[in-house]
Parts: sequence; structure tokens; C-alpha cells
Amino acid sequence: MRNPYRTQKIAFFFLLLATLLIVIPVGLIVVIIIQKGLPAINWQFLSDIPRQGMRAGGIFPAIVGTICLVLGAIIFALPIGLLAAIYLSEYSKDNLLTRIIKLAIINLAGVPSVVYGLFGLALFVIFFKCGASILAGSLTLGIMILPLIITSAREALESVPQTFREVSLSLGASKWQTIRHIVLPNAIPGILTGTILGLGRAAGETAPILFTVAAFYLPQLPKSIFDQAMALPYHLYVISTQVPNVDEKIRYGTALVLLSLVLFMNLVAIVIRYKFRKKKKW
Amino acid sequence: MRKIKEFIIEKLILISGLASIFFVILIFLFLLKEGLALFKIESPLNFIFGKSWYPISDPPQLGILPLILGSLMVTLGAAIISIPIGVGCAVYIAEIAPVKIKEILKAGVELLAAIPSVVLGFVGMVTLVPIVKTIFHLPTGLTALSGSIMLAFMAMPTIVSIAEDALYSVPKNYKEGALALGATHWQTIWRVMLPAASSGILAAVMLGIGRVIGETMAVMMITGNAAVIPNSILVPVRTLTATIAAEMGEAVVGSEHYFALFAIGIVLFVISFVINVTADLFLHKKE
Repeated sequence: MRNPYRTQKIAFFFLLLATLLIVIPVGLIVVIIIQKGLPAINWQFLSDIPRQGMRAGGIFPAIVGTICLVLGAIIFALPIGLLAAIYLSEYSKDNLLTRIIKLAIINLAGVPSVVYGLFGLALFVIFFKCGASILAGSLTLGIMILPLIITSAREALESVPQTFREVSLSLGASKWQTIRHIVLPNAIPGILTGTILGLGRAAGETAPILFTVAAFYLPQLPKSIFDQAMALPYHLYVISTQVPNVDEKIRYGTALVLLSLVLFMNLVAIVIRYKFRKKKKW
Repeated sequence: MRKIKEFIIEKLILISGLASIFFVILIFLFLLKEGLALFKIESPLNFIFGKSWYPISDPPQLGILPLILGSLMVTLGAAIISIPIGVGCAVYIAEIAPVKIKEILKAGVELLAAIPSVVLGFVGMVTLVPIVKTIFHLPTGLTALSGSIMLAFMAMPTIVSIAEDALYSVPKNYKEGALALGATHWQTIWRVMLPAASSGILAAVMLGIGRVIGETMAVMMITGNAAVIPNSILVPVRTLTATIAAEMGEAVVGSEHYFALFAIGIVLFVISFVINVTADLFLHKKE
């Protein structure tokens, strides 16, 4: 006999199981990294250069390198991304061009990260002769996070009610004045959220920086944007696959620092979004 | 004066709006510029169907069939694991979970999306790989299976969030109609909600698979990187992406090897382009 309620119970059980199969491993991954990485974290680990072929010492140059790369990427991507979002939300009409732009953004978001690496190598490192440098790596990462910034900034701009614009325009403000003084200030939290998520994404990516900036072992800080630099994700890759006999503690410690950096940025973004939602006036 | 300033700003806005198109074309052009040089030496057919990849032997053998099969096998495995789990999780979050738990589950899935792939690769290396090795009594746990499992996790956040959106966008009266006719909640989900959301779910699956094909670091750390045609899911394989990442560092600029790696980049670019455009068509069909 087929009892629909029993079928429902069985089905819901499997759906719950599927959900747990995702959520529990995620929790485990984070717990394992924190548990095994935490003993490695101390001031020396965070502030010292790597020593003895990366088997001892700290990860300071990698942290600095990642921060430089991420800042460079955002300096490049934020202005272009924000202006592009303004174009899409305020100026574009519903026509073929807009459709193509949207399709281009989707594709840019879908290009495999290692292909960005190839592109950065061919364009910035070789064609523009930047060499493997922070500049080349930042630009590559910047183009990679551009679609994320555009999409989130556009959502933020579009969520500003149409009436705000109409009132401003009817008071005699020009289109740009309306955008500058009415639309943008109201969209700032959303734009900020997207920017921070972009920072997090750029900080964690490895493949795009493999051939554009990352130094295998460079126990000093970069002096200019034309220098190579170490970076946290690449450093983690190197010490977990390329260098034999690295202490487990150092690997987990590096993973923990990288994970914390990325999750911290995501957390900040979530907090901003949450606060904004509560304060929303419309 | 103000007019001039606004004119300049509006032009800047237009240019930035077009920047995405410009970058997509630029990426494709530079891949072509470096990659097409290969086909002066090697025919495209030999490149794609060649059975051996020995880029540094003399003369180099540049057939990417083993790499394509490697990518295919890992992707297929990841799809088989991630599609039912991902769609199931999306249904659970969208339809069944109580409001408070829903937020926690969504945060969990978002957390998974945020973890850098190199960290997931590292975790896979130290946990999953030894497990696979012991369970199947293998000489090494670095296999296509390990890669598939890890990649399934990377596809799931994409599948869950897009499938969830697809379920939310099913008109409420469909569901209410079914329930009013006496269908159980599950019958409503299975017979009404899922079919109505099918194009969105299909797009979710495609984008998830796109993410898997393009994934590089985790797959390079876990699959063992043997460029041979795989005969089972329990042997080491090498994917297209991992080949580029692992070898570009050593390839001499302007060598056949270098061109071949860019040609692989073209293949990857075209695959991701096709997947994204098709998925977008499915998403728009719904509207």
C-alpha cells in the first residue's frame, strides 16, 4: 500500500540527509583547521620570514604580499566596477547592447581562474613587459573580481527606490547630481558588501597569481609594485605539495591564517548587510 | 563648466559599462594569439585526439586526450555526487527547513563557497586522500575519485543557491493550488514545484559543472596528476586546468609546450563560454 504521508517522511528524510552532507563537512573542515592550526599561531609565526627552506619561521612576507595584491586588485576593479554598475542600473536601456554587456559579465565570472592566469601572463607579464610582479598579479585579480563587484553594486543601486530619483530630478537636479547625491549614498552599504566579498575572493585565489606574481620562496618584503611577492594561498600550495618534510603545524597554521582572512572579510560583509537591512528606511 | 564635467563623467560611465565586453574579448584574443601558434606545428585533430602528452620529450608529443578524459571523469564523478545532494539541499532549505534553521543552513552553504580552493585542496589531501587509500586498498589515495568528491563540494554552493532561487521564483499559487487539491507537501514539491523550477535547476546544475571544470588548485593537489588515459576512477588522473597550472611555470616562453598550454586555455575558455551562455538562456527562459 502506498501511503503518501510515509513517502513524504522518507523523502524529507533524504532531503535532510543531503543538507547535512553539505553542512556537516563544512563545519568539520573549519573545526579541523582551527584545532590543528591554532597551536602554530604566535607572534613569531605571523611576523617572521620563512626560514630553513620554509620549514621553520613565519609567513610574514606571504601575508604582506597577499594584502598588496588584494589592495591593488580593488583599486583597479572598484572604480571600473562601480561605474559599470551605474551604467547598467541608471543609463542602459533594454536593448541588445545591454544584453551583450550582461552576457559578458556572466562569462567573465565563469572563466576558469587558471585561464585568468594565462591571460595575465600573456598580457601583463609578457606583452606589457611588467614581468612577474605585484602590478601584473593585481591587475589579473582585479579583472577576475570585476564581475562580482559589478553585480553586487548594480543590485545595490537598483534597490534604491525609483521615487528617490524622480523627486530629485523634479527638483531640478541633473541626472549625474541625482546619482551622485541621492542614489550612491543610499547604495553604499550594498556596494561595500560587494567590495569586501571581492577582496575575500581575491585573497583566496591561487591560480591567477601562479605565473603573474607569486614567488616560490622570497624571504623579504616587496619594495615596489614591480617586485615579485609571496602570497598566502600560493605559499600554502607550495608547503603542502612542493616542499617535503614541512611540519604539519606550519601547514595548518598557514591554512588557518588564510581561512581566517577570507572568512573575516565575509563576516564583515554579512554584518554590514544585516545592519543595513535593519536600518533600511523604505 | 558643470555640463562639461557631467559630460566627461557620463562618457566614463559608458566606457566602464563596456569594459566587461572589452575584457572578455581581450582574454580570448590573447589566448588565441599565444595558443593558435601551436597549430602551425601540430594539427588541431592531433592536439585534441592525441593519446600522449609528453611536452618535454624530443620531439614533444602534445595530445590532450588523456587530459580531456581526466577532466571529464573528475567532472562526471563530481556531478553524480553534487547534483542530487545540491538539489536536495536546495529543496530542503527553500521548502522544508524552519525559518531559524534555514538561516543557519544558508550561512553554512555560503561559508563553503567562501573557503579558498587551495584550503579545500589542503584539507582534502590530509583527510580525504588517506581515507580513499585505506578503503580501496590503493597504492595512493590521489585518485580521480578523491578529486570528484572534493570538487562536488565546490560545485554544491553554486547548485544550492541558484536552485534555491529557482524554487522561490515558482509562483505561490501553483503551490497553494496543489495543496488545496489535497496533495501532500512532498507531492506538491515533486509534481509541481520541481517541474516548474526545472529550467532554473538545470541552469544551477550547469553552472555548478562549469565551476568544476574550471577548478584548478584543489584538483591539482588531490588527483595525483598522471597524464595517462584513465581506465578506472581509482587511478591518478590529470585535468586540463591542472596541466596548465603545473607546467606553465617551467614552459619556455615561445616553445611548443608554451603554445600548447595556451591552446588548452582556449579549450577551457570555449567550454566555459558555452556553459555560461546556455545556462543564461535557461535562466531567462523562466522569466
